[in-house]
Amino acid sequence: MTFVLDAVLCALILGVAAATIAGHGVFRAIVFFIVYGLLVAVGWVRLGAVDVALAEAAIGAGLTGVLFLAAYGRLGREGAGGDAPAPAHLPAAMAGLGVTCALGWAWSALPLPDRPGPQLAEALPMSGVENPVTAVLLNFRAWDTLLESVVLLAALTGLWMLTRDAAWGGRIGLPQHVRPDGVMAGFGRVLPPLGLLVGVYLVYIGADRPGGAFQGGTVLAAVGLVAALAGAVRPPRIGATRWRAALVAGPLVFLLAGLAGAALGAGFLTLPPQIAGAALFAIEVALAASIAVTLAFLVLGPPEETITR
Amino acid sequence: MTALTLYALTGAALIGLGLYGLIAARHLLRRIVAFNLLGSGLFLYLGAAGARGDGPDPVPQALIITGIVVALSASALAVGLLVAGARLSGRATLPEEAE
Repeated sequence: MTFVLDAVLCALILGVAAATIAGHGVFRAIVFFIVYGLLVAVGWVRLGAVDVALAEAAIGAGLTGVLFLAAYGRLGREGAGGDAPAPAHLPAAMAGLGVTCALGWAWSALPLPDRPGPQLAEALPMSGVENPVTAVLLNFRAWDTLLESVVLLAALTGLWMLTRDAAWGGRIGLPQHVRPDGVMAGFGRVLPPLGLLVGVYLVYIGADRPGGAFQGGTVLAAVGLVAALAGAVRPPRIGATRWRAALVAGPLVFLLAGLAGAALGAGFLTLPPQIAGAALFAIEVALAASIAVTLAFLVLGPPEETITR
Repeated sequence: MTALTLYALTGAALIGLGLYGLIAARHLLRRIVAFNLLGSGLFLYLGAAGARGDGPDPVPQALIITGIVVALSASALAVGLLVAGARLSGRATLPEEAE
């Protein structure tokens, strides 16, 4: 019975993905991609990876969908929203089919992995948290996560560099016009308080249960986006000092915790068990704030409105 | 066939579909969408591989979460470049592919 569920889910995922690639119209492709993200999130739950499912639902379906829809709107303003007809491409089809077949073959030839079992079970109590995924993200593989938070900053820097000179100093994103009694204004009043609660809970619970800085931070970013799109709050001006501080808080706290590990003799980014719990909580809170602000700014995009000086 | 094999093969098919879209699509926003599909298929394949044996392995899960966030930031930068390019040229396709 559960196998039938998995089979139907996989068929749905593939069907929606095929519609994303082969359907007509850019807008339709984006809508199918959002549906695809939600279906894949269900797939992750079926694979037992609830942390990934939360990230996929919030980022893959949520923020990426908003990003693409906003991009479609911006391209329409530039007169480039129309779909460019793409004729069937035989070499591309051969390449895609070849890669799929090679991966299918590789799956049957893949050796079974060594189970993390005893090593992870021994190391987990010293990591400072109980959720093994959070332990891996923030402690055992801290380098990856620290550099990832820097990648986010680098992407935002690159995006802001694309701002037109005439718009520099303006409020980030497109100016929003919302009907005061419309659906979006209603959403803007109802959703942010609920989202705030869920986001903070996800950050807080991440130490012991599925959740954490990434999932919670993404939900908080979505709260900011909904509030901004509904006109409930105005996005900050590009380069405002306080918001810049929020952007770097996560990587900074992460680095300081890493240096504290070095000062205590355990080595850079190696947290000794006596401070691990407190350090991971501080990192998680700061990182969630930075991720929320960075992702929201990334999705809103550079300022568009020309400033009159 | 087990459920894990099913998800892995779905991931492999998604990678192929995404690769096709990345090469064959003309509208650059559709190429970015296809690239996200490719990455998502890769995550599914990796996640299924990490879930074999007894229970899911947290290390690939952490890598996948990192990957999902990085994919979003790369997509945001790509979209920014695309909009800036369309502002200059008035179209969302590559110049050598304009019909």
